[in-house]
Amino acid sequence: MAKCRKSLRADLDGRKGRRPVALADQTLRGSADAFSRSRPSDQCRHHSDSSFSHPSDGVLQLGGASVPTFAGLDNFRAIFADPVFFSALLNNIKWTLIFLTIPIAMGFFAGTMLLVARRGRTFFQAVYFLPVIIATVVVARVWQGMIYNPESGLVGWLNLHGFSLADPLTNVSIALYAVASVDLWHWWGFLAVVFFAALRQVDTAQIDAAMMDGANLFQLMRHILLPAIRPTITLMMIMTVIWSFLAFDFVYVLTQGGPAYASEVLSTLSYRYAFFNYTIGPAAAIALVISFFGLIATVFYVRLQQGEGD
Amino acid sequence: LINQIGARTLVFSYAVLAIMAAVALFPLALMVISALKTSAEIVANPLSLPHVPQWVNFSRAWTDAQLGRSLLNSGEVTGLTVLLICTTSSMAAYALVRQTTAALKCISAYFLATTTLPIQLFLFPLYFGYARLGLIDNVFALSLVYAAIFSPFSIFLLRTYFLAIPREIEEAAIMDGANRWQVFTRVCLPIVSPGLLTVAVISGLNTWNEFLISSTFLQSHDAQTAIVRFYTLGGQYSSDWGEIMAAAILIVAPTVVFFLVMQRRFIEGMASGSVKG
Repeated sequence: MAKCRKSLRADLDGRKGRRPVALADQTLRGSADAFSRSRPSDQCRHHSDSSFSHPSDGVLQLGGASVPTFAGLDNFRAIFADPVFFSALLNNIKWTLIFLTIPIAMGFFAGTMLLVARRGRTFFQAVYFLPVIIATVVVARVWQGMIYNPESGLVGWLNLHGFSLADPLTNVSIALYAVASVDLWHWWGFLAVVFFAALRQVDTAQIDAAMMDGANLFQLMRHILLPAIRPTITLMMIMTVIWSFLAFDFVYVLTQGGPAYASEVLSTLSYRYAFFNYTIGPAAAIALVISFFGLIATVFYVRLQQGEGD
Repeated sequence: LINQIGARTLVFSYAVLAIMAAVALFPLALMVISALKTSAEIVANPLSLPHVPQWVNFSRAWTDAQLGRSLLNSGEVTGLTVLLICTTSSMAAYALVRQTTAALKCISAYFLATTTLPIQLFLFPLYFGYARLGLIDNVFALSLVYAAIFSPFSIFLLRTYFLAIPREIEEAAIMDGANRWQVFTRVCLPIVSPGLLTVAVISGLNTWNEFLISSTFLQSHDAQTAIVRFYTLGGQYSSDWGEIMAAAILIVAPTVVFFLVMQRRFIEGMASGSVKG
């Protein structure tokens, strides 16, 4: 087992060594080649160490005679030994906290405004929803080229006007937030529409009474509307936790987890283990960690539904 | 009474709504104007309007990304997936309607749990299974994967529609000599057709936009979907953002047109189920 772990460490080190090259690929020429290069059909050239004994081995060698062997908890030990695993987990937690607050607040706020402003509702609703239906890859490329790019984007325009900003996606300290902003833009309109739909169901008598008492808009939001749609908000928060741990597309297209793993999340790390290093055992272990958080959220969801039933 | 809100509050609300709309539209507006500019123009001033609209960006994007072929592939995958999901999930939902609560709870919990599983968990083993069976680049095999992934949402959505059908209608049909299958196809399906339409719209949109799975299972140049071709476009031709944005518009256009026509279905579907794109 010690041997196994050692070889895994070698493999991880190999990954870290290779990483800057992959990153350069991504930023300079896009990751098209990196992507196709990383295909499992390339056989397992990084993976010549046959003493590697996690369960995926047999699957890896297509047409080979080897059979998957039981590895116990080795794959989990392997990922727990990887510092990137913990930084990715932390990034997922940050991601979750961002999405539990900002888009939900924005959605609730926009929903209330839609309720107040009767004219043009349909129009605004459609506008807010438009980003939601646009493919993640397209959204990512639009932000990459037209917003964050220091030459062709909004950042470039600011640079023409006296600023001197780099691409936020290449900045270690803000890359994760830059990626999250894109998903946020893509996502919040969904919540606005969902919350607006819930707000329309609120008993108008209650609203009327509050208005009679001279409540202003914020008092109305705080004391009437928020409690009234709390079940919807709770449900969306639970789903947000699940989705936040599944987040993949934007990170993968915008930064591939870089720079220096600054924006790596569990799903991209799992993908890297599987498709860049051909170590499927640890990749599956990470995927199970993701599911674990999703399952916790699911338990809350089921509890909530049962509570409603009673 | 809510419309007796003071004028100041109303002005405030519209101001907020307008700002939010501007935030939502700004990147899309940049996409559209950039698609009509040359690279030099974009770099000279990213926010300027095009001097002369560069329609040539669109024709270059069309050939470079082989959009004719790849849009057709996307259409095929989407159509097949929609067909599969509507068939299987309507039957599954119908079967689930008359279940006892205990059985339903188990199945619901199972479906719910599957929606929390990351794609990465099964992508790799599935890839090798498919490779061994020679199903890579097979459109039908890919739509099977999508149908499986979108099933929980579709079944739950359709179940609520089936639940709304009064038992008496079905019983009346059976009294008239219809068998179960006829009750399902002739009586129930027409009633739940709005739900089927919603399921078709949402699963169609998600299939059209999906990236990771389709890039894994459709690999050869001629089989790739439009989204995957678009993804590689950024890499192959340095960073000709005018061309990339033109390709983006061509790929997004069908979904946007569809959205504008079927807005209600989109919003109902997305709001009722837990689908994050």
